[in-house]
Amino acid sequence: MSPTLQFFLIVSAALFCIGLLAALSRRHAIFILIGIEMMLAAAGLNFIAFWRFGSESQQSTGVMVAIFAIAIAAAEAAVGLALVLAVYRHYRTTNVDKLDQLKG
Amino acid sequence: MNTAAFIIIAVLTLSAALAAATLPQLIHATLAFAVAFIGVAAFYFLLGAEFVGLVQVFIYVGAVAVLIVFTILLTRRDPEKDHGFNWTGVIIAILVFGGLVWSILKTPAVAIGAPKIEALTVKRIGETLMTDYVWPLQCVGVLLTAALIGALILVMEEKR
Amino acid sequence: MSAQSVDQVFLYVKQWLLSLVGGAPEWLLQILSALINIVALLGFFLTLFAAISVLERKILGRMQNRYGPNRVGPFGLLQPVADGIKMLIKEDIVPARADKIAHFVAPVLIAATAILALGIIPYGRNMTPFAIDGGILFFFAVGSMTEVGVFMAGWGSNNKFSMLGAMRAIAQMVSYELPLIITALPVVMVGGSLSPDAIVDAQGGYSLGFIPRWYVFSPWGAAAFILFFISGLVESNRTPFDVPEGESEIVAGHMTEYSGFKYATFFLAEYLGMFAVSGLAVTLFLGGWHAPFKFLEIIPSYLWFFIKLSALLFVFIWIRGTLPRTRVDQVMNFAWKFVLPMSFTCVIAAAVWHLTGRRLSGWLWSFAVVALVYLALSRLLDTRKKFAPRTYRFAE
Repeated sequence: MSPTLQFFLIVSAALFCIGLLAALSRRHAIFILIGIEMMLAAAGLNFIAFWRFGSESQQSTGVMVAIFAIAIAAAEAAVGLALVLAVYRHYRTTNVDKLDQLKG
Repeated sequence: MNTAAFIIIAVLTLSAALAAATLPQLIHATLAFAVAFIGVAAFYFLLGAEFVGLVQVFIYVGAVAVLIVFTILLTRRDPEKDHGFNWTGVIIAILVFGGLVWSILKTPAVAIGAPKIEALTVKRIGETLMTDYVWPLQCVGVLLTAALIGALILVMEEKR
Repeated sequence: MSAQSVDQVFLYVKQWLLSLVGGAPEWLLQILSALINIVALLGFFLTLFAAISVLERKILGRMQNRYGPNRVGPFGLLQPVADGIKMLIKEDIVPARADKIAHFVAPVLIAATAILALGIIPYGRNMTPFAIDGGILFFFAVGSMTEVGVFMAGWGSNNKFSMLGAMRAIAQMVSYELPLIITALPVVMVGGSLSPDAIVDAQGGYSLGFIPRWYVFSPWGAAAFILFFISGLVESNRTPFDVPEGESEIVAGHMTEYSGFKYATFFLAEYLGMFAVSGLAVTLFLGGWHAPFKFLEIIPSYLWFFIKLSALLFVFIWIRGTLPRTRVDQVMNFAWKFVLPMSFTCVIAAAVWHLTGRRLSGWLWSFAVVALVYLALSRLLDTRKKFAPRTYRFAE
């Protein structure tokens, strides 16, 4: 019995929700970035799963989207980490709760 | 496709991801994050997209994990543990997971087995990238250049 | 015994071993075949590691006008046995406040990635252990996992020197990973495939009847080979780029707190990395297992691969014995200002070679491109330091 599409979708949903957990419940900026990267990877896994189980006509769309998603995730990680570094240099903290200067 | 392989990789990936999301020590969480992405790459291999799996290992484990590690080292304060854990995030994540699983199980269109498709060679991916997807390719190139320059400018020392 | 059967003797042995198991199910045969490949690979490379560790010391000693180790066994060739026993019976010291898991996993991870990288190289005709369609990409993906291992070693030791050494090592390895990949790119472009088997097949045959079609004999290939070799030197942390393990500077860098067998594992990983990079250089540029002349084709293919590999390893050792260590900022300068632009030039030169027809005119045009950029870069990066003429003073 080989796994159906539902198994892969459930695994990618679980990975997405674990990323969501990391992004929502942690206070350190880098942990939030780790969560966002996990969510992006889960979406990519979804694309590849649908490509594999899909019909013959869309030959390589899923793979293409996954490749571009990985490239964009890398760029976004670089910029996000540069932001964390710049903020740390100025405020000497990485706890996002302490960055509340715009609070009304 | 092998069910045993699927279960092993799924358990590995999800437990590593959970460790990455919940461990208090930042470096341990990053290493678990690297293991989780190797697991996702193993999923890609299982699904027959070997090129994407290799690109995933290359970029996520080889580049993004190293970036995160460097940033952790440059923003160090003793002790480098994460203070506070917000429990509402856990509740929201569990609710979202419940919703997603319910919608997946309710859809009959996704309860299908894997059809036989021809293997996607790297040559085919290259051809598709250069003919159908040449505009997104150029845009991603520009985006990466912009991200590179932007990240450099963000962390450059300000001249006094 | 014909030349063909000598060439394929390892395949015949493997088929005979598999026939002993007979009517086993398909998946068991696949697993057994993979296991036989792995055991053969590990056996060969661990023996080569032992041989190279003593040969390196002897060759270095001869270059420095002294004998190398010559006490243990004839001509000192049993020295690895003595070294192995010494490493195994040493006490395994782990610092008290070190991170136990990171400290333990780091050498294992680095050695594992080096061994994984050895699996896709074609060692002879039909003798690739694991023929993957994207083999070259697999090599680089696995090689990039080494940095995580180096970081774990440095951070897990809870020691400032280790951390500093690990940061320097990672900075160096990340900087030279890009030229490593970009110099492999013209080969992939010209060969048309990421599979090492296809790249080796594209280098078969002889042009003009006697010059082999290896990529090193074209201008972009020669430049790319030299740059690939230099980047490989840096990736395996060899002198003159061994700042991370500089013995006179930061004790042993990220390997400071490791003793006994774990230190031997780091050593093993460094040499296996050297083998992997040399093997890939032979595959990409030196024609893999092809013979250089037509009448020499009776010598089996795996022997040709081994000869070329040994030549490259000798050059590694030769460079170690000759050149002094560079400073870490000189290393980074060299990478980003010289090696990276030159490797892009190799890609452009390969394209020029292909588009002007792969004949003499293509050779001349691509040579012009490479030479032009090289001269321009060396002009631009000149430090304009004029040194005073040397004066020698000898002891009376």
